[in-house]
Amino acid sequence: MDLFEYQGKLLYKEFDIKHPNSKLVKNLIEIQESVELSYPIVVKAQVQVGGRGKAGGIKIANNHEELIKYSDEIMGMDIKGHIVEILLLEEASKILEEYYISFTLDRSEKKYLIMLSSKGGMDIEEVAENNPDDLIKLYISPSEGLNTEVVNKAIKDSKLNQDYNDELNDVISKLYNLFVESDCDLVEVNPLAITNKGVSALDSKVSLDMNAVYRHDNFIDIEKEIPIPVSEQFAKEKNLNFIKLDGSVGIIGNGAGLVMSTLDVVSEYGGKAANFLDIGGGAKAETVTAALEVLESENNVKSVLINIFGGITRCDLVAEGIVEATKGKDLKWPIIVRLDGTNSKEGLAILLENSNEKITISSSMDDAAKLAVKGAN
Amino acid sequence: MSIFIDNETKVVVQGLTGEQGKFHALRNKAYGTKVVAGTRPGKGGETVEGIPIFNTVEDAIEETGANTAMTFVPPPFAKDAVLEAAYAGCELIVCITEGIPAKDEAEMYDLLKQKTSSRLLGPNCPGLISPGKSNVGIMPHEITMEGKVGVVSRSGTLTYQAVLELTNLNIGQSTCIGIGGDPVPGTSFIDVLDAFQNDIQTEAIVMIGEIGGSAEEEAAEFIKDNVTKPVVSYIAGLTAPPGKKMGHAGAIVSGNKGTASAKIEALTDAGANVVKNPTRIGQAIKDVI
Repeated sequence: MDLFEYQGKLLYKEFDIKHPNSKLVKNLIEIQESVELSYPIVVKAQVQVGGRGKAGGIKIANNHEELIKYSDEIMGMDIKGHIVEILLLEEASKILEEYYISFTLDRSEKKYLIMLSSKGGMDIEEVAENNPDDLIKLYISPSEGLNTEVVNKAIKDSKLNQDYNDELNDVISKLYNLFVESDCDLVEVNPLAITNKGVSALDSKVSLDMNAVYRHDNFIDIEKEIPIPVSEQFAKEKNLNFIKLDGSVGIIGNGAGLVMSTLDVVSEYGGKAANFLDIGGGAKAETVTAALEVLESENNVKSVLINIFGGITRCDLVAEGIVEATKGKDLKWPIIVRLDGTNSKEGLAILLENSNEKITISSSMDDAAKLAVKGAN
Repeated sequence: MSIFIDNETKVVVQGLTGEQGKFHALRNKAYGTKVVAGTRPGKGGETVEGIPIFNTVEDAIEETGANTAMTFVPPPFAKDAVLEAAYAGCELIVCITEGIPAKDEAEMYDLLKQKTSSRLLGPNCPGLISPGKSNVGIMPHEITMEGKVGVVSRSGTLTYQAVLELTNLNIGQSTCIGIGGDPVPGTSFIDVLDAFQNDIQTEAIVMIGEIGGSAEEEAAEFIKDNVTKPVVSYIAGLTAPPGKKMGHAGAIVSGNKGTASAKIEALTDAGANVVKNPTRIGQAIKDVI
């Protein structure tokens, strides 16, 4: 789950990572009189999209008058389709040097990866491409963790200012703690700056691993502040993995690979998927019923393809769910069902006993996809 | 021969008393797999349909000679369960559990490599089956038949699809393995490709990948230099939109990285026959054996 900059900075606070004094603004009335920050103040649009600076979403105010003017301009602004609803006001620092640092899990090495560069404040992918020597990569054993000597060497290798070695070492170990203890998929600071007030994390890009939500109560509160489309909200409540797409064939399947593949096969036969919907492993009848409900609220759906290959998922339960969702209903669209694998005979028997003229049973994935594409036209 | 499991495989099930664990362990047993024990702390001494339950994996190994663990325990306890099985001496640990935090997976992998010689398959995987010999996991054995094609995949349900296509054409399998769709799989494509290359029973290989990460590209490099047996491949996610996690935590196209086309290109370049639709896997294999 990708966080807003201000949410990342709240985590900085928790882990004692130095960052500018700030105020969060959701309504401009809050700053009408004055703000308890010293000028100059940076007004930053809170949007989850890159390039906000270029789009005019970051401005520096030297006095209260300018602050009101810029805040008014930026609030409500459309930045690449994202409407600004929250502003972060921060005391501006005098920047002496700008660095880049990020923490991720490297899937090839199966270790944590710290990337460090003295060329901060710019697009790091450009640095990696044009000046790869300026990007130091540090692989950390997840079971052993970080040690000071390794960090000192990285600071030296990446040519950061040695005068600030202790302070940099301190902030790097604190960022590492945040990355590990808060179960982050990503912590990126660009720039990590040396300012007239010392080392300061001026920006934040944090992404959380939602598989770890059970051990972090704050993840739920953070998640509530991140807007998602209405249909995805409903699917989420039902514990379904749903992604809206712009085609007309509604897709329900089990297992990420099979669902992705179903999208591809529908496309091969000239159709376009209306969504990605994975009911997951071991789905119950209710899950399937909920999945069909999610598609009912999607206007672009013209036909539905249910592609199930039972393993841990039992086809009899899937069939019960389909019957439950469609029994006695005048269906808006044709449903093509393909069931294979664990308890598929039982599942098909349930569908045959409760036949519905809009539901077609297909014996192969290919045929099912063809029928669903035809049904959507 | 088959890889990783055979007639001698003796399984201890971690989480046998849970609904999923019980359902699949009993299916494995009915298939002929030697499911010799289950574990559940505090329930040692009980039985589940005649299978003895022990408090620890160590006890189970001592009493039954189990050499393989199959793990169904929920995410918060999965890391400890896998490590327990490894420290107790299981050669193979098949972790079915879905939804384990990436940090736990990374730590678990690191410790297994440093301190044990156990092989971990998964997490978030369907396990493996050597038709006619043993089924350790949740794969529907009905669709399999014994034979000479090795199948390896990041996706559970797509593995089943591929196996069905083979069986429908009367082509049997040596071993079918799902390595799982999580960011830190204990066993990689390369580990499995290497084992298939060295397995006498296996004559051809099906490899099924998906978008995200670079495991398929790394596998392609390995195939180029080390695999002489024919490889048929399929990559899911050609039409997946960038920036969206497609179900699996690992299945995401970031910028221009991890795309299906890059993977297809790498595998084609390595000499694999990459089919555009999983239902064509059977025919493609038939053409080469």
